[in-house]
Amino acid sequence: MHVPDGFLDAPTSVATGVVAVAGVALALRGARRELDDRTAPMAGLVATFVFAAQMINFPVGAGTSGHLLGGALAAVLVGPWSAVLCMSVVLIVQALLMADGGITALGTNITLMALVGVWVGWGVFVLVRRLLPRRTSSVVPAAVVGALASVPAAAAVFSLLFAIGGIAPVDPGTVLGAMVTWHVVIGIGEAVVTGLVVASVVATRPDLVRGARPALETRELEIRSARR
Amino acid sequence: MKQRTFLALGLLVCLLLAGVASYYASAHPDGLEHVAEQTGFIDTAEDSATADSPLADYSTRGVEDARLSGGIAGVVGVVVMLLLSAGLFWGLRRRGDSVNTADEAEAEAARTHTDSRT
Repeated sequence: MHVPDGFLDAPTSVATGVVAVAGVALALRGARRELDDRTAPMAGLVATFVFAAQMINFPVGAGTSGHLLGGALAAVLVGPWSAVLCMSVVLIVQALLMADGGITALGTNITLMALVGVWVGWGVFVLVRRLLPRRTSSVVPAAVVGALASVPAAAAVFSLLFAIGGIAPVDPGTVLGAMVTWHVVIGIGEAVVTGLVVASVVATRPDLVRGARPALETRELEIRSARR
Repeated sequence: MKQRTFLALGLLVCLLLAGVASYYASAHPDGLEHVAEQTGFIDTAEDSATADSPLADYSTRGVEDARLSGGIAGVVGVVVMLLLSAGLFWGLRRRGDSVNTADEAEAEAARTHTDSRT
């Protein structure tokens, strides 16, 4: 979903740039609470993994492909504030090194994939987690639903920005319909990859999964009958 | 699994994804590009200011073999990502045990104070 230069006009790009700077500044404060000696290396690994996984485009039919955005995945693994920073580092490296996503569109891309992707993904994850039993196994389905929701949400926000500041005279309703439809399909891929990755980490090191903290706290207090 | 083993395995997965598996990725336009083509706003897209970067479009300039060209770009990207993000998060983290942090901060302040007076 990397927006190139030239899709959105200058005022819209400046506005999303301001939103991106504010969002990253808040995340720099918030992430301190999520990061310690044990979780900081994990956050570095998650950012690197999102970069690598974004190189793997999967076909979604009709000559179109999609790839993991990773906002929901990162939020579930390392917490939403650190996830915003993970995604921002990925997008900055992609724009500067790989020419993937425009430079004037960097604020737009951070807004869409680092802010909307992460916070919608995390918000839906927390809601679903609340509805499920307080077990580490509930983390995986909650992450799947969060991931599924995050992709069309980011696509819808792009369409909104296009309606406000799109350069080409194209009907915004048509763009919204097409963007959301395609990104629901891509969101299914996002959900599958997120589910597999979260399940593997929960299986090996549940203590490294931020989204599993409440369930782990409950588990530690569990009282079991003594075996003879 | 030890954390060090876990991190090493994770890094290995990243290197394999970016360095090897990326060659087999779909080359079709992504969702946004496809919609832009379909609805007619792809033509306003401009080349990025970094389009002449040696690693632009995930290929290494001057390397003919497509597999090697993409693989090098992927591995360089992973290394850059790891250095930048590990540096950022390690710098942001709460130092040591949270119980000791206040004491350490105090000790640090006292040290700085003494240093500045001498």
